[in-house]
Amino acid sequence: MEFFRIKKDIPFMRYAPVFNVISLLTFVVAVLFIVFRGLNLSVEFTGGTLVEVGYADSAPLDSLRRALADEGYPDAQVQNFGSSRDVLIRLPNRDGAEVSKVGEQVKSMLNKIEGPKATVRRVEFVGPQVGKELASDGAMALLFVIIGIVIYLAFRFEWRFAVSTIIANLHDCVIIVGFFACFQWEFSLSVLAAVMAILGYSVNESVVVFDRVRETFRKRRDLKTPEVINHAITSTISRTVITHGSTQVMVLSMLLFGGETLHYFALALTIGICFGIYSSVLVASPLVMWLGVSREQFAKVKAQKQEAVV
Amino acid sequence: MNRYPLWKNIIIIAVLFWGLIYTLPNFFGEAPAVQVSSAKATLEIDPVADSARIARALETAGIEQKGIFSDAIGIRTRFADTETQQRAKDVIEKAFNPDEKDPSYIVALNLLPNSPQWLTNLNALPMYLGLDLRGGVHFLLEVDMPGAITRRLEAIAGDLRGQLREKNVRHAGIAREGNTLVLRFRDAAQRAAARAAIQSFSNELQLAERDAGGDDFRLIANLSLPAQKNIQEFAIKQNINTLHNRINELGVAEPVIQQQGADRIVVQLPGVQDVARAKELLGRTATLELRMVEGTPGDERAFEIAAGRAQAPYGTELYIERRSRRAQVNQAEDPGDRGLPILLRNQIELTGESLTDAQAGFDENSQPAVHLTLDSAGTRKFRELTRQNVGKHMAIVLVEKGKGEVVTAPVIRTEIGGGRVQISGSMTTAEANKTALLLRAGALAAPMEIIEERTVGPSLGKDNIDKGFNSTLWGFTAIVVFMCVYYMLFGLVSSIALAANLLLLVALLSLLQATLTLPGIAAMALTLGMAIDSNVLINERIREELRGGYTPQIAITAGYERAWNTILDSNISTLIAGIALLIFGSGPVRGFAVVHCLGILTSMFSAILVSRMLVNFIYGRRRKLDGLSIGQIWKPGNN
Repeated sequence: MEFFRIKKDIPFMRYAPVFNVISLLTFVVAVLFIVFRGLNLSVEFTGGTLVEVGYADSAPLDSLRRALADEGYPDAQVQNFGSSRDVLIRLPNRDGAEVSKVGEQVKSMLNKIEGPKATVRRVEFVGPQVGKELASDGAMALLFVIIGIVIYLAFRFEWRFAVSTIIANLHDCVIIVGFFACFQWEFSLSVLAAVMAILGYSVNESVVVFDRVRETFRKRRDLKTPEVINHAITSTISRTVITHGSTQVMVLSMLLFGGETLHYFALALTIGICFGIYSSVLVASPLVMWLGVSREQFAKVKAQKQEAVV
Repeated sequence: MNRYPLWKNIIIIAVLFWGLIYTLPNFFGEAPAVQVSSAKATLEIDPVADSARIARALETAGIEQKGIFSDAIGIRTRFADTETQQRAKDVIEKAFNPDEKDPSYIVALNLLPNSPQWLTNLNALPMYLGLDLRGGVHFLLEVDMPGAITRRLEAIAGDLRGQLREKNVRHAGIAREGNTLVLRFRDAAQRAAARAAIQSFSNELQLAERDAGGDDFRLIANLSLPAQKNIQEFAIKQNINTLHNRINELGVAEPVIQQQGADRIVVQLPGVQDVARAKELLGRTATLELRMVEGTPGDERAFEIAAGRAQAPYGTELYIERRSRRAQVNQAEDPGDRGLPILLRNQIELTGESLTDAQAGFDENSQPAVHLTLDSAGTRKFRELTRQNVGKHMAIVLVEKGKGEVVTAPVIRTEIGGGRVQISGSMTTAEANKTALLLRAGALAAPMEIIEERTVGPSLGKDNIDKGFNSTLWGFTAIVVFMCVYYMLFGLVSSIALAANLLLLVALLSLLQATLTLPGIAAMALTLGMAIDSNVLINERIREELRGGYTPQIAITAGYERAWNTILDSNISTLIAGIALLIFGSGPVRGFAVVHCLGILTSMFSAILVSRMLVNFIYGRRRKLDGLSIGQIWKPGNN
């Protein structure tokens, strides 16, 4: 079996401006969503209490809401979680109140409600101090990844590759976050982990293409820069699709079998993988071309590496 | 020809064999067990005698056990199911702790690996499951460090007043303003004298002179940075000690109490569902009291009252001393498992607030002793108290949950000044250590606040394991099917390499006993999905070389060699992201990152070395090779 039977190199670079306009538009839309709609941050970031309860039959959401309001939590969010029998209650932190006791209060309240009894499956409480720290830690991690990858790629390849890879992949991450803002999906710590994993994963993608670009520059002296890039993308496209397909199969399996806890994690990965193919191949490559990559930049390396390669 | 040297094959096979051994315990699973360990520092578990005691107790109750094992923590008994485990726990609890109010042993529910003994001897244990997979409570506590420093400053201010009075230096007031102490003087000479006095007395303070005009001469004292650091380290260490003592009471099999960052403590209690009780324990404040003994400890009257034959006189109360001194008591008077009864006066002479430190050490006769340091107010009161009560006994009482217990009741031999108190006589070194710890750790050094709490019910934990396992299984199966169809024999090789990757990853996680959480399982699935990339790269490259007209053997060599650079670059960039998550991430993100990073490392090994070894076995020895089973190779010229 073979999916790809390509006779000539596909002239990707001819359509580069089109791809980049599409990218820019998606990017801008994502940023607009993030800015104007904001993220639906999970308890881990905002601080607050989260109680997951399970019922034997479908859960009496209305009486739960009423009971919570009577108890003094009119701002509590009550919703089904996964199935109609599972309920997730979210309570924001309030100044002055003994925030760490909220979980217990809700538990004792649940026992008082008439009708079917609930079993508490999970209680999470996050104090107000923690959220801020998470945000700054996330920013630090992002910075570390950017600097680390730029240095590594600049050292292994060339700074132009490094810069265009990072731009293309950050654009992926922003788009994932944009999706979460647009649909108001819950942005939790595991989604953050997924976004960071995608950053590493997409870089991996660009590296494979750039590796080919470098090799083609050395091997094919007759090709111009856009042709070199076209050739590199064309000859790796089969691998690109298969690899992403495999990873996506895994992620899909997580989406189907992983349950509610892994749902948004898998969703973030799915978006990331789709945009990862697109951006690392069709955004990073034109960028590197416009930044002025040329054969001469690899001439020295070539002399040095000749023995090893052939 | 494609052949690996013998040593390379041996190493690869050895690594895989190692992986298999350390993965094995995960297949055997864990059996319910009851763990018995000591609740008191003075009491040690005797592996032989106590094991026999457990066996006897179970036999009389007619409960069948599946083996008794002892280790560094205590003795664990394995049972067939959780129901037997519950019943057995009650039986053992009754046998070991006849007095429920004063348990000497911790009897807790635990799990014991089901794997054969030889595996356990190799230190091959199942993966350590996080709380989200096994159920339990997680707390993150923050120690109030500014509070600890303010307390220390207040104590120092008191000390300074005493010191300056002793040295006859007149000051116009010592006050704490924020994190500094301000000392006022009427003239520069007194200030200079004070400065000299303070410097000879303590090196904790940094002094600066400041004049506010007129006759207001000021000395500003700041805690030096090393001193602040010391205070913080002391505070967190003492709080951890205290937490250890208290959590022992909960009877948790494997509690985790760890420092996180400069001022935080993580407490994880696997299997605990009673959050309210756990919280109450964590937040409890214990206090120390110093009271005078009526009569002598363990005198006849005290025993009479303890036995209920007499009433405690007005203004006094009966206390029980900790059991450590029981050995001294005449056997005939030994009231069973209880400590020595002591009659105390109700008046509290001094509280733990005055105690600044307690250390175990030795007295002038090289006998074990506990050295106490009091602050200045405490020193004055203590001197007064000891002068008036030479020859009498005093008692140090630890009050927790409104229940007092006498830690020690020494006799006062002489008037004690200077704030340094030594308690000695009839103590072993272990007892001295224990008493010092109790005095120090009975109370928290600084208040703590719960800033994060997570409770996971046991059913949810089981659910999470199943979900994680299913997603990995189905994803893995789908990839294997696809690879085998698309790349034929090479696909099969890639799939075996992927399985080897999973094997090594699980073995590594089991060996390191890294905590596996649900995000960790997700990382495992994701890493597998990404690891196949290396094999796809290699297989595509081999196809390409074949398309380019190379012979099969050369295509294999060239394919692996050329793919290597790409694989290295792409894995290192992924690893950079993984390491960032590991460094800056916390909680679920960290659990994800650990598995992710380890998975990248194992995938490099299995995708390149294991798959190459297999390919070499299959094709490497054939001189004449017409083609490779790598799926159809389509050449542009063929159509």
